[in-house]
Amino acid sequence: MVVLELSDDEVDAIFHALADPTRRDIVARVIERERSVSALSERYAMSFAAVQKHVSVLERAALVRKERRGREQIVHAQTTTIGKARRLLDEYEQLWRQRIERMQSILEEGDPE
Amino acid sequence: MTRIDSVKDPEGLTLTVTAELTAPVERVWRLWEDPRQLERWWGPPGYPATFTRHDFSVPGRSVYYMTSPEGERHYGWWSFQSIQPPTALEIEDGFGDENGEPTGDIGPGLFTVTIEPLAGQTSTRMTILSRFSSPEQYEQLTAMGMEEGMKEALGQIEGILAED
Repeated sequence: MVVLELSDDEVDAIFHALADPTRRDIVARVIERERSVSALSERYAMSFAAVQKHVSVLERAALVRKERRGREQIVHAQTTTIGKARRLLDEYEQLWRQRIERMQSILEEGDPE
Repeated sequence: MTRIDSVKDPEGLTLTVTAELTAPVERVWRLWEDPRQLERWWGPPGYPATFTRHDFSVPGRSVYYMTSPEGERHYGWWSFQSIQPPTALEIEDGFGDENGEPTGDIGPGLFTVTIEPLAGQTSTRMTILSRFSSPEQYEQLTAMGMEEGMKEALGQIEGILAED
């Protein structure tokens, strides 16, 4: 994973963090704009503590960062890490693109029947 | 060159690849249905796939292995979640042992294939939506691809050198 400038531990943390639908949703929402932990907990019908826990997992994967503003905790997206997750997908994309090129070559041979 | 488009969703760890293939829907379907055709495109170059089982039905399983340039066999399996000939199928894909039993804690990935006719019925749009379930699965898949790329490049260099 050297090419992606991510250690194995970092890759693990990103995948673990994004394996959960609530956490994926949190990331999608904070990319849109920053949100407070309390605003997020209203949305998910979850306790403040439960959302806090999800945010901590995302923080450990460096997908978001948290900032204290008065009594509120504000969650921001860490776009550089999200960019790295995108590069992980780039490689998988290449695998499928190559598969499709091979499919097309088989199709071009004409029908065997 | 085949026209291929893709959309990546890094938050959801999904990838959608869409291609326009110059063959009718039924012909494209056979690339998935016929194991002899399947093994010609599934494995990356240098890692040819051999399907030892291909129960193309629900519930049905496939067992395959990809042979590395060193002769090592990497086993994998498919589990068919849905098959609607000749337009849609959903497959769970994972690593396993030689009997196709899932091994270790590497979670399977899931991909959904949609095949639809384009105007005139002579070409087809194929869409593949895939989703990762674990970093280990992802790393194993791409490690093979990357290694293959390196080997291919080295092979070409050797070929050029041999011409002298």
